[in-house]
Amino acid sequence: MDILSMTAVQIGQAIKEKKITVEDATKAVLEKIKECEPLYNCYVTVDEEGALKSAKEIQKKIDNGELTGPLAGVPVAIKDNMCTKDILTTCSSKILSNFVPSFSSEAVINLEKAGAVILGKTNMDEFAMGSTTETSFYGPTKNPRNPEHVPGGSSGGSAAAVAANECFYALGSDTGGSIRQPASYCGVVGMKPTYGRVSRYGLIAYGSSLDQIGPLCKDVTDLANIMEVICSYDSKDSTSVKREDNDFTSALKEDVTGLKIGIPRDYFGDGLNGEIKEKILSAVEILKAKGAIVEEFDLSLVEYAIPTYYTIAAAEASSNLERFDGIKYGYRTEEYNGLHNMYKKTRSEGFGPEVKRRIMLGSFVLSSGYYDAYYLKALKVKALIKKAFDDAFSKYDIIVAPAAPTTAPRLGESLADPIAMYLSDIYTISVNLAGLPGITVPCGNDKDGLPIGLQMIGNSFEEHKLIRAAFTYECAAKCGKDGE
Amino acid sequence: MSKNYETVIGLEVHVELATKTKIFCGCSTAFGAEPNAHTCPVCTGMPGSLPVLNKQVLEYAVAVGLATNCDITRYCKFDRKNYFYPDNPQNYQISQLYLPICRNGHVDIETEEGTKSIGIHEIHMEEDAGKLVHDEWEDCSYVDYNRSGVPLIEIVSEPDMRSADDVIAYLEKLKMIVQYLGASDCKLQEGSMRADVNLSIREVGAKEFGTRTEMKNLNSFKAIRRAIEGETERQIDIIESGEKVVQETRRWDDNNGESYAMRSKEDAQDYRYFPDPDLVPISLSEEFIANIKSKEPEFRNEKKLRYKEEYKIPDYDIEIITESKKMADIFEKTVELGADPKKVSNYLMGETMRILKEKEMDAQDIGFKPEALASLISLQESKAINGTVAKEVFEVLFFEDIDPEKYVEEKGLKTVNDEGALRKTVEEVIKNNPQSVEDYRNGKEKAIGFLVGQTMKAMQGKADPGSVNKMLKELL
Repeated sequence: MDILSMTAVQIGQAIKEKKITVEDATKAVLEKIKECEPLYNCYVTVDEEGALKSAKEIQKKIDNGELTGPLAGVPVAIKDNMCTKDILTTCSSKILSNFVPSFSSEAVINLEKAGAVILGKTNMDEFAMGSTTETSFYGPTKNPRNPEHVPGGSSGGSAAAVAANECFYALGSDTGGSIRQPASYCGVVGMKPTYGRVSRYGLIAYGSSLDQIGPLCKDVTDLANIMEVICSYDSKDSTSVKREDNDFTSALKEDVTGLKIGIPRDYFGDGLNGEIKEKILSAVEILKAKGAIVEEFDLSLVEYAIPTYYTIAAAEASSNLERFDGIKYGYRTEEYNGLHNMYKKTRSEGFGPEVKRRIMLGSFVLSSGYYDAYYLKALKVKALIKKAFDDAFSKYDIIVAPAAPTTAPRLGESLADPIAMYLSDIYTISVNLAGLPGITVPCGNDKDGLPIGLQMIGNSFEEHKLIRAAFTYECAAKCGKDGE
Repeated sequence: MSKNYETVIGLEVHVELATKTKIFCGCSTAFGAEPNAHTCPVCTGMPGSLPVLNKQVLEYAVAVGLATNCDITRYCKFDRKNYFYPDNPQNYQISQLYLPICRNGHVDIETEEGTKSIGIHEIHMEEDAGKLVHDEWEDCSYVDYNRSGVPLIEIVSEPDMRSADDVIAYLEKLKMIVQYLGASDCKLQEGSMRADVNLSIREVGAKEFGTRTEMKNLNSFKAIRRAIEGETERQIDIIESGEKVVQETRRWDDNNGESYAMRSKEDAQDYRYFPDPDLVPISLSEEFIANIKSKEPEFRNEKKLRYKEEYKIPDYDIEIITESKKMADIFEKTVELGADPKKVSNYLMGETMRILKEKEMDAQDIGFKPEALASLISLQESKAINGTVAKEVFEVLFFEDIDPEKYVEEKGLKTVNDEGALRKTVEEVIKNNPQSVEDYRNGKEKAIGFLVGQTMKAMQGKADPGSVNKMLKELL
């Protein structure tokens, strides 16, 4: 049995049927990590000892019937911006290079309750700021599909770990596309749930009003199962929403009859790579053939999404990152002269250039005299963008879009031009601004063999429709492949 | 002074709310614990932690707003005030700038010129900061986050006060309202009520305000009065000498009776306020507000009218008793237990006030039980003890939790009601004090007082002075 090529649900099933043990699965993946890490650098921390220890404990609980869920015993990787009790949590930053949390984030606790074996913490853009996982203090992660290329970001470590079979599934976080875009670049499935669906407690904030935790995994069935585990109401997060419809596996139906799909013309214009456009539109054709109704429309306001996003996200980040000051935890500069000098030196040495850029940008848009012109205006545009989506969803069930204008860029290409990097977020950030759910599933490769992702966007709390459409597409695409 | 000046004062009053837990987490607000004993990831600003509003804070803030005639903001938000300081673990304070919970209120104060209305600009909710402890020996500082996240409301007045008397009257009024609501104990010394004084001067009749300064570190009404007088003089001196008042924050040093500049407007920080994305906006329903209104306690004015009607005690007594909710509560409960209202009132106004003054205590600090006072009064009324003994016992029950009846029994303080024994003692006193006896018989009424005293002394105070008096007159 090739354990590593199995999906999370398949592993869970094999463990339940006693074909393999939790330890077998854990050891196999730890071996794979050892083999691949020198190549891809997916992880900041691998907790081998902890993983093997909990593998044994979880096996016992499965054996005595305490743990019965589909993900019991399945090893998982966690993005390094989610607090994990007693495991180093760095946000891929020097400033948290020695930070070991005293508690775990709610999403991680939910996974643990479902019997997940935590393998370690995945690499990311520093504080989730970046689109390539190159701004990490711990070096870039490489795309397992082609190590000359980036895996995307900021959840690049999680996406690459799934693609390289260095875990069976992973958690990422998505503030402006940080799950969907790397999933697309690495050829895996990823979802950003509706804002409020997954507790943010324990997620180290970047842009609090936009951040959302979600899964990266091998297929849509895994995705639905992971979603059922991580989505929960949490009274510790004021923005958490109580929902009765966290039964996502019920949406794993191969049926899109009558599903209305909107294709925003604005997303398929000049900026989009031709091959990507072609693959996405042919994916849409498959859904159409399965009974979906497809129509083009104008979403509008698309060109305002990027400035709006970078204003709001940077503003929130500038405040969220103030707590990293060398006083209570994390890195503190070695030599200093008084309090303010300590602050300055610690933060100058502890943060990387992209983080500093966004802190400065955010501080600027919040400063007196500019607040109305930038921050407040951005909030107004955010509301208008939400309205544009509301209008679209009054007509369509889902909206189809690319996940990124190109396939994964080469390493080193993006950092030289931050504005170009910001612009590449064009298809994903509106979803965060509007708080909507979005999913990406692989829909083929470009001529160089780099994966292309199909993004589908749903109305608030309509993840079920996305899962149904993605599952239907996945089944059809598989059949097509099998038929080839 | 060549010209006539007028002082213009506005206050920013911080009140620590009496919630059991902090504003955004479940940690205790109890005062005086070991450093950092009452902390958690939220109130120490740990990465990944999130705030959740304590509903009681909202209820107290709305209650204070209603009691001070404010408009209650139906849709309000929390904002972050960003500044770096180690006592502030997130390096931002969660407060309210753009949409504070209450606005446009007023309270009436009594002044020599009659009733005056002091406007309230706004009341907002916010979290308190931790405390830095400087270790002079080690040349380093420690931070204690026990106070971090303790809920505060800040009551910002309009610049409607013109003298230290106005300010004190306004603060007394606020204190009384907040205490009546049970929203805070409002102790200036302990910092559960803190007032910053914004003061400027202008020529009488001028329409424009002068440049103001803000005075901090005022820990008592006395300090506030002295600071206002000192700052008024300082500003007049500056203007008289042809210079200009600088807008700045000053720290009052009550020991030296002087203030020092802390920071000027030029170094004022840009706090980069913006709505806190971790807290959802608060929409207050009419029911929520009506419910708080319906739970409003009886305030002082209503109480005064009722006391006059129901207890028939003098206005003077009512004035003093209703000054503090605590005192009024004790009064009412003691009367409810059957004690005579005037007798209860006498104990509160006499002995209680005397002890409070002697020990420099606040009415809030009164610890004795109404049951104890009721029992003491009943002992005295049944002549089981006399007035002198009662006062002694009261002093004990004020500080210790005793049952007066048992205490009197155990200590043998009961009045001797044995007529034979009394007669015997009185006869002896008459025999031993022939001079006084003669004086009395010659019409010197006062002489009997001395004889009563002698009898009481002989009976170790355990006699009823009335009976002694009667017996003496009878035997003489």
